[in-house]
Amino acid sequence: MEEYKPVKVLDYKGLKCPMPIVKISQEIPKVAVGDVLEVHTSDPGSIADFPAWAKTTGHTVLEMKQEPGLIRIFVKRQK
Amino acid sequence: MDVAEELQALQAKVAEMPGKENKLSMVVFSGELDKQIAAMVIATGAAAMGMKVVMFYTFWGTAALRDPKKNAKGKDFLARMFGFMLPKGRNKTVLSKLHMAGLGTAMLKGLMKKKNVSSLDDLFEVAGMMGVEINICEMSMDLMGFTKEEMIDYPNLNVCGVAAFLADAKESAIQLFI
Repeated sequence: MEEYKPVKVLDYKGLKCPMPIVKISQEIPKVAVGDVLEVHTSDPGSIADFPAWAKTTGHTVLEMKQEPGLIRIFVKRQK
Repeated sequence: MDVAEELQALQAKVAEMPGKENKLSMVVFSGELDKQIAAMVIATGAAAMGMKVVMFYTFWGTAALRDPKKNAKGKDFLARMFGFMLPKGRNKTVLSKLHMAGLGTAMLKGLMKKKNVSSLDDLFEVAGMMGVEINICEMSMDLMGFTKEEMIDYPNLNVCGVAAFLADAKESAIQLFI
């Protein structure tokens, strides 16, 4: 399962809409194209928001893993 | 008509189509706290999605842009009265429902803090950082007796008229009225 090698783990736990996607949009330009970021969030809205954000911005959500009280999202910069 | 000509005509038509830009134009008409929060959440969210965002503050919305630390001189009686009766800045705005003489608004602000929902102050800061443009309707400001000098310090704040909004709205993929 753990085939991704995130270059950074971003802790967005406790943040509410719209902050998780605001923060990821600021982090994505800081990494190289093809890099994977791992986001930790506790906001259930992120499950819908991250794929929507990725679809609009052209990046990819590789996987979302739901654990109790924690959602881990793997985001790949595509361009 | 041959194919090349047809293609050219079609391209010209597409270029003229409204809503072609990845842009959000929003009218912020309401001056209540809840609607101001909704407007800012959508604006910052759209900026995060890579959209260009232009907000047009008009009527009651303009009062939320007042800076509580700034005062403008030389106002006439009616302008002073309006200034006194309308909220002086975003943190003086109240809920559109359940305000209950301040109780409901205070409770909501407490809840927002407890649940870590971004405050209007935070949202304005994020919006400024992400390049969200704020335009204030000149006519509304004039009507309420506000001047640009008493508005908040914001990186991208301008005074405009209805044509500026319409020109932006026409080329925007999304237009909202709040």
